[in-house]
Amino acid sequence: MAYKLIGKNFMPHDVRAKVTGAAKYAEDFRADGMVFAKMLLSPMPHARVRNLDISAAAALPGVVGILTADDLPPGQAPGQPALTNEPVFVGDPILAVIAESETIAADAIERIRIEYEPLPFTIDPLESLYPGGPNAIDVGNVGNLAFQPTTIKWTARDFAAASDGQLPQGQPAREWSYGDLDAKFGEAKLVLDESFVTAGMPHNSMEPRSCMAYWEGGKCFVYGSIQSQSFAAPPLARMLGIELKDLVFISENCGGGFGSKGSAYPLMMIPAYAARKVSRPVMLRVSRAEEYFLGYSRHGFQGRIKLGFAENGRILAADIYIVQENGPYAGFPDWTGAAEAVSLVYQPESMRWRGIPVFANTPPKSAQRGPGQNQIAVALEPLMDKAAKSLGIDRVALRRLNAPDNDGAIGENREPLTSAYLKEALDIGKREFDWDNRIQRSGQRRGSKVTGIGVGQAFHPAGSNGFDGLVCITPDGKLHIHTGIGNLGTYSHSGTSRVAAEILGYDWDNCVVERGDSRKNLPWNLGQFGSNTSYTMTRTNYVAATDALNKLKEIAAMDLGGSPDDYDIADEKVVARADNSKSMTYAQAAQRAIELGGKFDGHEVAEDLNPMTAASVAAIAGTGLIGAAKDNLPQHGLVPALAAGFMEIELDIETGKYEIKDYVGVADCGTVIHPQGLDTQIKGGAIMGIGQAGLERHVYDPQNGLPANVGLYQVKPPSYMDMPTNMRSAWVDQPDRQNPVGTKGIGEPVMGCAAGALLSAISDALGGHYFNRVPVTPDQIVNAAAGREQSHKPLQTNCV
Amino acid sequence: MARGDMMKGFELYQPADLDNALSLLDKFGEESWKLAGGQDSLDWFKDRAKQPKAVIDLGGIQALRGITETADGIEIGALTTLREVATNAAINAKFPLLGTAASRVASPQIRNQATLGGNLCQDARCWYYRYGLDCYRAGGNKCYADSPEGVNREHCLFGADRCVAVTPSDTAVALVALDARMVVVNKDGEREIAAENFFIGPDVNITRMTVLEPGDILKSVRIPATWAGARWYFEKVADRNTWDFALVNVASVIKLTGSTIDDIRIVCGGVQCVPRRLTVVEEVVKGSVRNDETFELAAQSASRGATPLNYNHFKIPLMENLVRRAIRDA
Repeated sequence: MAYKLIGKNFMPHDVRAKVTGAAKYAEDFRADGMVFAKMLLSPMPHARVRNLDISAAAALPGVVGILTADDLPPGQAPGQPALTNEPVFVGDPILAVIAESETIAADAIERIRIEYEPLPFTIDPLESLYPGGPNAIDVGNVGNLAFQPTTIKWTARDFAAASDGQLPQGQPAREWSYGDLDAKFGEAKLVLDESFVTAGMPHNSMEPRSCMAYWEGGKCFVYGSIQSQSFAAPPLARMLGIELKDLVFISENCGGGFGSKGSAYPLMMIPAYAARKVSRPVMLRVSRAEEYFLGYSRHGFQGRIKLGFAENGRILAADIYIVQENGPYAGFPDWTGAAEAVSLVYQPESMRWRGIPVFANTPPKSAQRGPGQNQIAVALEPLMDKAAKSLGIDRVALRRLNAPDNDGAIGENREPLTSAYLKEALDIGKREFDWDNRIQRSGQRRGSKVTGIGVGQAFHPAGSNGFDGLVCITPDGKLHIHTGIGNLGTYSHSGTSRVAAEILGYDWDNCVVERGDSRKNLPWNLGQFGSNTSYTMTRTNYVAATDALNKLKEIAAMDLGGSPDDYDIADEKVVARADNSKSMTYAQAAQRAIELGGKFDGHEVAEDLNPMTAASVAAIAGTGLIGAAKDNLPQHGLVPALAAGFMEIELDIETGKYEIKDYVGVADCGTVIHPQGLDTQIKGGAIMGIGQAGLERHVYDPQNGLPANVGLYQVKPPSYMDMPTNMRSAWVDQPDRQNPVGTKGIGEPVMGCAAGALLSAISDALGGHYFNRVPVTPDQIVNAAAGREQSHKPLQTNCV
Repeated sequence: MARGDMMKGFELYQPADLDNALSLLDKFGEESWKLAGGQDSLDWFKDRAKQPKAVIDLGGIQALRGITETADGIEIGALTTLREVATNAAINAKFPLLGTAASRVASPQIRNQATLGGNLCQDARCWYYRYGLDCYRAGGNKCYADSPEGVNREHCLFGADRCVAVTPSDTAVALVALDARMVVVNKDGEREIAAENFFIGPDVNITRMTVLEPGDILKSVRIPATWAGARWYFEKVADRNTWDFALVNVASVIKLTGSTIDDIRIVCGGVQCVPRRLTVVEEVVKGSVRNDETFELAAQSASRGATPLNYNHFKIPLMENLVRRAIRDA
């Protein structure tokens, strides 16, 4: 279908302000009488606070208050508190000093005396699973967002039964399976059984999670750094102990979140409760180091993958065990997401998954771009190379053979998919990258430099449904598209809003995107996470615009005669099909809607709208022609985003360094709504994937639980100097079958496919040496090339 | 623990000339702090891990800036920025080794602000020490890095003595290779110290990385013409290609007759608390023909005596490889 706006590039309205610096982020806001909060962070990985003496701090001139855990509603483990008397990681906030300036607050913190009772701690799940091993938190050693904490210890026999470097497989917390695993392994020509480690890593959002809050007229005003808008408001109101109507939530810009700011997080309670305590606006500016201490990170895995391949390369059986380093709090279900990913990307004929999330005294974990899917991509993709080599099958061909198509399925219950074009993505990438010729260069040596060619693929669920859309045509003829999605930096707030403009045939210059502030009367939308925005919010904008379109036609029929079906739209007018002299501008229709009232101007709304949306409609009722609807479009099956990446590197075996010579990323994201945004996602995601595969990881001293990486130069996200200048992007551009405009998300797998491609290329350059670990850093490559043992033990985590 | 990125107040002095700076240092002694480009100092201040009473900003002292060609080589003021060093035509004509080393420090933004003197005098980058822990170097009685499970991938292979931190400087290895002289002034006058002797290990003084006393200022660096125009090699291996410290770096200058090595100086960073001049390698290869056998002997002798820690034995092959390259590819 030929679209006017969908598939075309545009300049999002907030770009200029971001470039000039005029865009306001949480810490740019000020309020009269504003004071500052600074946190005191735990120096110990697990302890109980004894004898807290704040007297000297409180007496310091300029200190206006001190907020402790006792000022906040009590939490329940493993839920994360904002402040705690029992810190469970180094950097867990214990209290906050509120003062006239940040310098005074920092001076006051130095005057606080705390006696700590040290408690057992661990940074290694396997240590905690060992009989008699330490528990990271008091209520058990195993737990996750998915279930309540419990205690599971494996037996010493479980550990002894595993050979050196092999993951022991004791009692799991959860498991599922389908098919006859044993029989399928029995049929297999090749069986691989490998243990692996993937590192936890921070999100590296450019904007730390600063927050400002004040109370006025019985309402709490919160200026936060969050990826999402509407979806974050109800949990934030709950955290503050107020009704949603008493929350004013401003989240106009967010300097990156990558999953760590998906919804409201407990730290936001600090300025709000402090503001109530001292009756002044309070700003909490979070430093870069603090962001590393407490700003969330990706779950690390210790795992084991057993795969059975038929002679032709088909995966007959997959047996996956994942031990998830859960951090000290609820975390995220990466361990289950990883299993779903295997069941989809490789379509194994039979599969078993077992998993156990184990608490550790490391920073809290949250979703991070491809949570679970991208860890399993970097663990499993190298095994595909190993199998291809062993079976004598081309590496792309092996992946293509196992890749899902529209008839593919996911998970234990083999649920259907809305669309899947991974085979096509591999085909396009193979062509764009010139795989067949490039592969001839694999292993070519130039002095100490060796060429490596790699391929990788990844997946993430990419869409949801059932949320609301809201548009309003005002008597000046403008279309106001109210969107409750956030602004994490992908510009999908506008990309998806353009669907409403498309349906109504609007000139984009006559559209206004209303967003970023709960006072702008926003609809109930999903959060901006999980690669879902493109799919979910094109549906909501589609149904809202369709509602408005129907009302435009009804009004025209009422005023100009005939039935609504007799009318069409053109140039922001409703025009009779048979007689184009019979027409009415949108501006006139909007004025008529106000006169007509009822459903036309929002005085009556559909009963199935979410209360948030209904309240927003009520607030703008009478201002124009309103389109408001819940997305009740059919939805059956899971929406997969899929991606393939192809990479050539030149690896110097004397230094362990490599240069990325070329990269091609290919997306299966349905109909493309914003090519420039997609191109940026594919390339930006690749950069993050290259960091995951080659550079970034959490490191702790196991003796004291101290984190080694608390600065940008220590964490080492990739820089421009580590990236090729000629990265390329491509896409399948086949419409999804269950989205009205054919689109679906993409943000997450474009990271994992690049990470997989880099690992694939490194192993290729090293003639088939597999590290079974990410990141693969230069020291490991130097050791491998020199034929030396690695410094770390095979299953060691959070180390180097 | 506070990592609030908020400096504690201090007295800031901005002397306009060297004499004033020296008398301020004399006045405040151990309580003074010399500030150049601030790339090292501000980290310490913001973490409140160092809390000096008086900060003496040397930035306004013109006598500490500039690059001068002399009868015997080049003299570089200590406050000359790394960008100026990296891009200076005279330096790159005579001593491209130094210009190249300076260009590999940190990032363009940091090189615009950071000074040569600051790069040479910066403190150890051991993450435990930077954390503000009470280690030996910080005046305590423990080394966290050199402990049974210490995380010490970036630490030393040689010269451990209650501390296993390494020299973090890229320009230091280049200047030791070039046999530079450090011009140091204090209230008693001026003295010249060989670069090789300017840097000190924990065995000499565990709380300092250089010979500079609180009353001393590094005024300039003099590079004699001895090695102008010689063959040279510099390479820095770090995880990232920008804003990262060397895992190992190497600098060499070589004089050849035909393919025979007449003279050589070769220095490694990232393996010891000081830039490690590889005198054994120099002796091994002097008088030898540049061939595979020589490269191999040089590589082997480079790592002789290395005592790796838990996580840094990769530095042995890496150092060997870099030494091989520094002779082979110079």
